[in-house]
Amino acid sequence: MLLEAKGINKSFGGLTAVNDIDFSMEQGQIASIIGPNGAGKTTFFNIISGYYNPDKGKITFDGLDVTTLSPEKVAACGIARTFQNIRLFPDLMAVENVLVGMHLHLRASMARIIFNTPGVRREEEKAYEEARSLLQYAGLEGKETELARSLSYGDQRRLEVARALAVKPKMLLLDEPTAGMNPRETDEMKEFILHLRDEKKVTILLIEHDMKVVMGISDWITVLNYGVKIAEGTPREIRNNPEVIKAYLGQEAV
Amino acid sequence: MLKNSLLGQIDKKYLLLLGWTMIIGVSILFYLFPQSGLFFLLFLCSLLVLYYLPVNNALRYLAAAIILVGIMPLVGMQNTYYFDVITQVGIYASLAIGLNIVVGFAGLLNFGYVAFYAFGAYLYAIFASSQAANFIPAAVAHFPLSGHWFWVFLALSAVLTAGLGLLLGFPVLRLRGDYLAIVTLGFAEIIRIVFNNLDKPINITNGPKGISPIQPPELFGMVLNQPIHFYFIVLVILVLTIIIASRLDSSRIGRCWAAIREDELAARSMGVPVVRMKLLAFAIGASFAGVMGVIFAAKQTFVDPSSFGFMESIGILSMVIVGGMGNIAGVIIGAVGVVMLQLNILKEFSEYLGQLAAQGILNIPSQVDPAKYEKLIYGLILILACIYRPQGLMPASRSLPAWLKKKGKDQITNGIQEDKTDVT
Repeated sequence: MLLEAKGINKSFGGLTAVNDIDFSMEQGQIASIIGPNGAGKTTFFNIISGYYNPDKGKITFDGLDVTTLSPEKVAACGIARTFQNIRLFPDLMAVENVLVGMHLHLRASMARIIFNTPGVRREEEKAYEEARSLLQYAGLEGKETELARSLSYGDQRRLEVARALAVKPKMLLLDEPTAGMNPRETDEMKEFILHLRDEKKVTILLIEHDMKVVMGISDWITVLNYGVKIAEGTPREIRNNPEVIKAYLGQEAV
Repeated sequence: MLKNSLLGQIDKKYLLLLGWTMIIGVSILFYLFPQSGLFFLLFLCSLLVLYYLPVNNALRYLAAAIILVGIMPLVGMQNTYYFDVITQVGIYASLAIGLNIVVGFAGLLNFGYVAFYAFGAYLYAIFASSQAANFIPAAVAHFPLSGHWFWVFLALSAVLTAGLGLLLGFPVLRLRGDYLAIVTLGFAEIIRIVFNNLDKPINITNGPKGISPIQPPELFGMVLNQPIHFYFIVLVILVLTIIIASRLDSSRIGRCWAAIREDELAARSMGVPVVRMKLLAFAIGASFAGVMGVIFAAKQTFVDPSSFGFMESIGILSMVIVGGMGNIAGVIIGAVGVVMLQLNILKEFSEYLGQLAAQGILNIPSQVDPAKYEKLIYGLILILACIYRPQGLMPASRSLPAWLKKKGKDQITNGIQEDKTDVT
């Protein structure tokens, strides 16, 4: 198991956002978490990526206990993420956004930076080349020096994924990667996610509302409702699960 | 299209000609009329023209070196007042560059920057005067220390103020924005009040009376107490601060600072160690101020707490804001502008009005003497800047470092060539 979460519990005041959830993923899988609004999906993401500590439960990633690690430590362990409402560095160039993501893999010390040693230049040059090829990979070729804020919405989403990839993660958490996209962009993103898994060998966990995307690419689906896991299984199993249909479409549909 | 570019080239030629004429002309005029305030201002402007002139960097640096190392000292020998002014500009420019690392690069509002400046100044003042003899027995060391120690204290002050920055940073860096500003403001006041009151039970700072005389620096037995000496010391330190700040800005560290400034949460999930990076910005900014403090104390040969008041912090902050937060060249312009306003423009204007009054043309009561309205004009400038140009006179713009840019261009032209070979 690459990621294993056991008995995760988190409440805010009187509201239990995530209630006793077990979750696990294997290397190379694409898994989705679905559920109606307010089901606790993003909270669960935030717990994995270190923004919240769970009240109860334990998370292990790649053999390491990451339950109480801070976001930057979690990133260093190899989990990168994107955000539901895009959070780029708006006044930095696209390529700089990716270079920030590479931060963990750059070694130049402050003294060497101040003396601008050849080693620093080489490292920067290499990082820059890598950032360029990541942007190219994400379909942002030729937009390296554009400010992130001036990119189109779809490009911003792609840039966010490119930036997360720069961390060289073992696992990528995508929070609604196709939100607000038109059908064509959605299809492209779907293809892109599949490519990511096959070419970059990253394990991908996504929150997604678009059922076409979820059913099309997931190996495993977990359904949350009111913070509780109500079902999990392959897309086929989920599609026919009466609990899920009830949660999504209401009682009458059953 | 072709016409346009042709026109552009002709324009560029004229621009170059005009620029060089101005730079050389103003330099000559300033040399011939070293007493003229107008030519001094134009002389400073010609440096700005040089900054924007479309020539290659080697030529630009050479010209700047000739102006700053050659012409300025020649004029300054005849008129030491301008030497003093430009040294003051240099000190404040370095301070502003240091503050810019904290405020402009990392986005941490700091109202207490002057505390580090004060610390550096007092550090040198206490040990380079007989003050230290009050609490260190003569058996250990004899005070004042000789001027040779100045160079040691430059380094020592950089290290100790960086430490002080860390000490302040640890508890307060969980705060953001306005809260951070308030705490740093309080910190600066505490430091000032401590220096003001540390004359008892043991007399360390000599309280409000201040410390004097302070040993001037010495180098290989030569006493450096002339304006020209301090001019060159400040010039060297200023160049160093510019190099350090700009290299950090375009490095992985500078990118982390920018990321924290833009979106701290996103930066954290990219693995940016936010606390460590903020502390680093705080410490480096503080150490710049510490170094300048030592130079200030040696130059003035006198320090007292009133030099390090809240207005001083505001002054440095307004240099950063008016000049252009995050942009080193902009910040220097801000420093030049604010210092010139303080020391030169308002004073000259007052004198001019005084002349008019003496000739009986105009009768101005002394209450409206412009030199007395420095703070008012300060405030007006800050308000106007915030309304009409919140990004500063010279806003920061993102671009790739020159050597990377060149590389990118090469690749693009390569690409075009490849396309051509495909066609054939």
